[in-house]
Amino acid sequence: MQAPSALRMLSPRQVLAAKIVVFAISLLPLAWWIWGFNRDLLGANPVETITHGTGDWCLRFLLITLAVTPMRKLTGMHWLLRLRRMLGLFAFFYGSLHLTTYLWLDQFFDWNAILKDIVKRPFITLGFAAYILMAPLALTSFDAAIRWLGARNWQRLHRAVYAVAILGVLHFWWLVKRDLTEPIIYAVLLGGLFAARWHYRKT
Amino acid sequence: MLIRRRPDILPSEITPQEVYRQRRDLMRAGLAGAALLAVPQAFSAKLATVPGPYKLDESATRLKDVTSYNNYYEFGTGKYDPEENAKALKVRPWSVSVEGLCAKPRTFGIEELLKLAPLEERTYRMRCVEGWSMVIPWIGFPVSALLKQVQPLGNAKYVEFVTLADPKVMPGLRLPVLDWPYAEGLRMDEANHPLSILAVGLYGEELLPQNGAPIRLVVPWKYGFKSAKSIVKIRLVEQMPKTAWNVAAPQEYGFYSNVNPNVDHPRWSQATERRIGELTKRKTLMFNGYANEVASLYTGMDLKKFY
Repeated sequence: MQAPSALRMLSPRQVLAAKIVVFAISLLPLAWWIWGFNRDLLGANPVETITHGTGDWCLRFLLITLAVTPMRKLTGMHWLLRLRRMLGLFAFFYGSLHLTTYLWLDQFFDWNAILKDIVKRPFITLGFAAYILMAPLALTSFDAAIRWLGARNWQRLHRAVYAVAILGVLHFWWLVKRDLTEPIIYAVLLGGLFAARWHYRKT
Repeated sequence: MLIRRRPDILPSEITPQEVYRQRRDLMRAGLAGAALLAVPQAFSAKLATVPGPYKLDESATRLKDVTSYNNYYEFGTGKYDPEENAKALKVRPWSVSVEGLCAKPRTFGIEELLKLAPLEERTYRMRCVEGWSMVIPWIGFPVSALLKQVQPLGNAKYVEFVTLADPKVMPGLRLPVLDWPYAEGLRMDEANHPLSILAVGLYGEELLPQNGAPIRLVVPWKYGFKSAKSIVKIRLVEQMPKTAWNVAAPQEYGFYSNVNPNVDHPRWSQATERRIGELTKRKTLMFNGYANEVASLYTGMDLKKFY
């Protein structure tokens, strides 16, 4: 299922344009929350809307980032790889907003309560672990870091993204009260992406 | 960041409800330009009330939040699903069968229930087990007024409340999220406590379907899920009845489910709550602030064990 050649081969300028477009689109959720908060459009519980929304978008960007390699192999659009770092950083960005919302608007920086929460509640533990694991990936996402670490070590480190995604889905799974439909959808998508990677690895 | 402040005058006193709802519909449809074409929705009838015995010196949650942010899983598990999906619920004709261990079991039509006892305004706190709360000006009458009519027998120890489960209008029934029909229960003394009411309205008008129309239980010192909505059957029984959330997750939801800041849900803390409309959190009060009235019901009971 190769893409048409015009889509497979992009000029550097076209890739730059694609990056700018993806960057702008990726900021839309944040723009909506800011706009919606000030206009009272985020429902009766805007803090909850933002908490869930930032978590959703963190997971979505993780899945999109993990979809880059299979999509590239499937379509032959190798320039997609040039978007991957930005997509991964957006996962970290929304993850950071998610954590900030929790620390600030849920716990109001009550570090005692936060520490107890992390130790006592499995879904908080998992979410926190996922974030801690994601941070070094974001911090080593620039080119010089690859040189410092060596390409091989850098790649090893960045495989942690698989663990981050699994922890992220489990974090969602364990907080849901009863209806598991949404976490199941994320789990199935993640499983599909793992299967696709495994498939392309063999070929 | 804009911090919303509560106005001194309730919004519901300023803007008529049909205008509210019209605006909401417009916003959702994104048809701001079509304002002139919008047809006002039919809205519920006003209810005549007498002042109730319980006063609450806290400002009530906005009507639009009370009627849009709901847990009513029969109409979907999303908070904003019931407002949309429950429109299909027909609340007339409606009847409630009261049966079991009583001398005079019988079925009450909704018109009869509306006239059974003087309708009182009861502004109560409502604390959801999920960690948020509201203040709602309910309209209703004591559960005891209904129970008296059927003359419970001496061996009736518990009251079971069974709610509507109609797959034709309730899309949520397709998923086995809970054991339908949703049922709840109270001990006889809890049901007869003067705070326990059967609500038929809020904010001066008949209940909307998403709030449990046409008649629902309100037990303000317990987590919200105990207050069963759209009741069709009330049964007087000897054994502790099965209750929906307890059956679904017994280690998380007990039969009593009294609001208690000292007993956490296994997965989250119950020490604080977010009052809808406020940005900061409040400390959750023992028995949701009704300890003076109800603590004596549980004298000698270990509330960590009977959660």
